[in-house]
Amino acid sequence: MIPAEFSYVRPSTVDEAVAALSGAGEDAKVLAGGQSLMPLLRLRLALPEVLVDLDRVDEMREIRDEGDNVFIGAMATHYNVIRDPLVPALVAKTTATVADPAVRHRGTFGGSLAHADPAGDLPAVMLALDATMVARSPRGSRDIPAADFFVDYLTSALEPDELLVGVRVPKLGDDWGFHYEKFHRTAQSWAVVGVAAAVQRSNGTVGAARIGLTNMGPYPIRASAVESAASGGPASADAFRSAAEAAAEATDPPSDLNGSADYRRHLARVLTARALTAAATV
Amino acid sequence: MPRIKVEVDGVTYEDDVEPRLLLVHYLRDRLGKVGTPIGCDTTNCGACTVLMDGLSVKSCSVLAVQADGRAITTIEGLGIDGQLHPMQQAFHEEHALQCGYCTPGMIMASLDLLRENADPSEDEIREGLEGNLCRCTGYQNIVRAVRRAADDMRGAAKEVTS
Repeated sequence: MIPAEFSYVRPSTVDEAVAALSGAGEDAKVLAGGQSLMPLLRLRLALPEVLVDLDRVDEMREIRDEGDNVFIGAMATHYNVIRDPLVPALVAKTTATVADPAVRHRGTFGGSLAHADPAGDLPAVMLALDATMVARSPRGSRDIPAADFFVDYLTSALEPDELLVGVRVPKLGDDWGFHYEKFHRTAQSWAVVGVAAAVQRSNGTVGAARIGLTNMGPYPIRASAVESAASGGPASADAFRSAAEAAAEATDPPSDLNGSADYRRHLARVLTARALTAAATV
Repeated sequence: MPRIKVEVDGVTYEDDVEPRLLLVHYLRDRLGKVGTPIGCDTTNCGACTVLMDGLSVKSCSVLAVQADGRAITTIEGLGIDGQLHPMQQAFHEEHALQCGYCTPGMIMASLDLLRENADPSEDEIREGLEGNLCRCTGYQNIVRAVRRAADDMRGAAKEVTS
């Protein structure tokens, strides 16, 4: 299968990329690692007139320490994210479950967020960690909290001329444990449901819990009811199982070939209990 | 039309390419490197896996223009003077193929795996090859072949250094 014709721009700096994108009109598409976009182009489900390829914008690949946050450049590949010791544990652990090694060599951190696929693993993690997306446009720089970034199925809060340049991920202390629990049918396939959990523990008690759900609606969802139920309680598997009973509240899971909505609600409860237990026992 | 300069299996090529040309089509249709097959066309099966600057990529999901300035290794670049590469030899010895369609991608992905882990366990091999599908073998002999190649290649490395 061969993509439809498009014109191609290859900027080498963020400024050039922003200029190229704003000059390209509404039918432009940003090419990051291409591991989601290339199949869409080949199937002609995406028909952009202009492709702005960020492959050579090296400044966007940087991962740096910013004190309370780690800044992860949008063009950092999954491969680099997994291997960089600066990257917060939940981000690295989750990224290691994305697709397969060849896809992780090309696929990027920012690309998988801007793509806003409800079955993508990283959006739920950004939501659970209260990360901040940093976007650039000809109007300047804009911070977008993760809670406002994922708007709908394959739709982010980015304007057509806005470029996601990176993400500020808050660091959490040593008293936090993390886990991403993903249920999928084959090794490299998308999550039927995924659960990102961060748990703060002290002396067998849960100080705070944060939970992001993958594929339980058109965008990632915070399991707030479970967070409240688990916080202040014992850090035990039984307590987590009981708290996780609320995991499907306020969700809107799809029904598709991989599972019905009811099945997904069941998975959310089971996987949330597992994720909390694993996060608390690290 | 963009002009690209790309090294493929040790030979440098310069070509004008349409931006929409996929790397796998460039390799097969322009350079005649038909050793790299097209399997699923949807980034699932891994049959078209090649190395780009030493890292495995699915060449159906990379544009030829993105390979500009890069070095590509295909299955056709592995053997030297008619001698099979140890990984190819191990696939042959262990009967790690039936129809052979997945084999080029499987071998390239296996080399990528050994680049990072010269002595992988059976589980690590299965994990490392999760992006490559085989519909014939049930994977048992593929895993055996990669184990054998890992042993052979480490043995060969020792001989060179001692």
